[in-house]
Amino acid sequence: MKKLINSPDEVVTDALAGIAAAHPGLSVDTKARVITRSAQTRIGKVALVSGGGSGHEPLHGGFVGTGMLDAACPGEVFTSPVPDQMLAAAKSVDGGAGVVFVVKNYTGDVLNFRMAAEYAEEEGISVQTVLVDDDVAVQDSTFTAGRRGTGATLLVEKIAGAAAEFGGSLAEVAATGRRVNAASRSFAVALTSCTTPAAGRPGFDLPEDEIEVGVGIHGEPGRSREKIRPAKEIVADAMAAILEDQPLESGEEVIALVNGLGGTPLLELYIVFGEVASVLAARGVRIARSLVGNYVTSLDMAGVSITLCRADEELLALWDAPVNTPALRWGV
Amino acid sequence: MGRAGEHPRAAVGGLTVTVLLDADGVRGWMAGMAKAVDRERDRLTELDAAIGDGDHGISLQRGFTAVEAALSAASAGTPGAVLMLAGRTLVSSVGGASGPLYGSALRAMGKALADSGGADAEQVVAGLAAARDAIAALGGARGGDKTMLDAWIPAVDGFDSAVAAGEALQAAALAAAAAAEGGAEATVPLEARKGRASYLGPRSVGHLDPGAASTVLLFRALADAVQVTGG
Repeated sequence: MKKLINSPDEVVTDALAGIAAAHPGLSVDTKARVITRSAQTRIGKVALVSGGGSGHEPLHGGFVGTGMLDAACPGEVFTSPVPDQMLAAAKSVDGGAGVVFVVKNYTGDVLNFRMAAEYAEEEGISVQTVLVDDDVAVQDSTFTAGRRGTGATLLVEKIAGAAAEFGGSLAEVAATGRRVNAASRSFAVALTSCTTPAAGRPGFDLPEDEIEVGVGIHGEPGRSREKIRPAKEIVADAMAAILEDQPLESGEEVIALVNGLGGTPLLELYIVFGEVASVLAARGVRIARSLVGNYVTSLDMAGVSITLCRADEELLALWDAPVNTPALRWGV
Repeated sequence: MGRAGEHPRAAVGGLTVTVLLDADGVRGWMAGMAKAVDRERDRLTELDAAIGDGDHGISLQRGFTAVEAALSAASAGTPGAVLMLAGRTLVSSVGGASGPLYGSALRAMGKALADSGGADAEQVVAGLAAARDAIAALGGARGGDKTMLDAWIPAVDGFDSAVAAGEALQAAALAAAAAAEGGAEATVPLEARKGRASYLGPRSVGHLDPGAASTVLLFRALADAVQVTGG
């Protein structure tokens, strides 16, 4: 497997150096492994901190900036960051109004953020955690680690980030984030596995004519393996899984995110979006806002995730609010 | 190979020793674990790639390498203090679920040993039980969930039974390592209910749990560390 790296051990460090060089609006501590906005947090503004394993870029570092995150903590590839990183981030960006941790629901992320929250509280920083668990492919929540956090993470970070920018209190910003998560459902399909730099070969073998249905974002296999079919049929199944879990009535509005997992061309993502739009149109559901691109990726995995967030006026206003980050920018 | 401290005890017809787990013993244990993780890194990673995300071997290697560095920079201390430092270092260097779980386990054991200068078999088993309980409390898993607890639970039980039967530390640690191995093997037919493998549902069946596999290494390293060499 060919990769544009210097050494498997230096992937995260080298990428952080590149992020620092490319984005003067960001301040990158390559030693502590924390990405923050260059500007200090406004006194009284709630700060948002997220983080997770590397390999999902632009998540999370690409979402640091006005209107979204205050800091991101990148772990090793597909490995959650350590509590020291989140503590350093919280201390660095706390503006006195407290810190919201946005945490994708994976055991490692949950445990490390929980320890970080305890450390931060010990240092006098108030912390609220918003757990993102939007992936409907994990069906039996009672007997699993619970649903995974995937595409909805972007929506939570954008909308809660706007709420913080507008002066929301710690409780309000956290509640807004939780509301976005509760209103969101996602489903992903992989056409290929992905290759971590350290492993050097794909995480699982997938024959040329087969797809993994219901995958997460760490190259882990999905719930089932099926033959490749036309996009229309694959999307129909994904949408059925989402809509079965969260039925949407005629007249309702959604924010629709069609997200590439890293190795699928935008051309195909638009084909998928077209199919998503057809399914929603047939049910009378209106796409109020849309986003198509590679935002929550899984290294070089080919595939797509679909996220629908049931929207209302407040969420749409927060979605439309200005955002200025490396990966998401509008209204500025 | 680490060495355990020897505390002579009067005996008829010669010298018998009661082996205690002292600070050097814990250092030997951690060094042995670091070596084992180096050796088994690829196997752990392959086990994890089958049902998880394939970072277990690499993560533990990073962690125990950091533990060795931290311990060599620190002064002798008590076994409890050495374990606390090892645990803190794992939490700060590993990430993933294994960092907090192994880190909290070692810290809990260190706390349980308090300021004892050398832990006897009863104290060691109490410490290991505290470690097991810390893993269960943090991870929220139970026996049978196809996690590292499936090796920890029989290992601590095996240690406990051996001690109750009057076995010395060395024999009890060997029994615990064997029990850990049995527990790990028994995860193969299980369906994962915690951790990343749980997302696979029935597809997790037929695979050895990587956390249980690394737990076997930890108990084997402990058993090696308490064997008195040349004694």
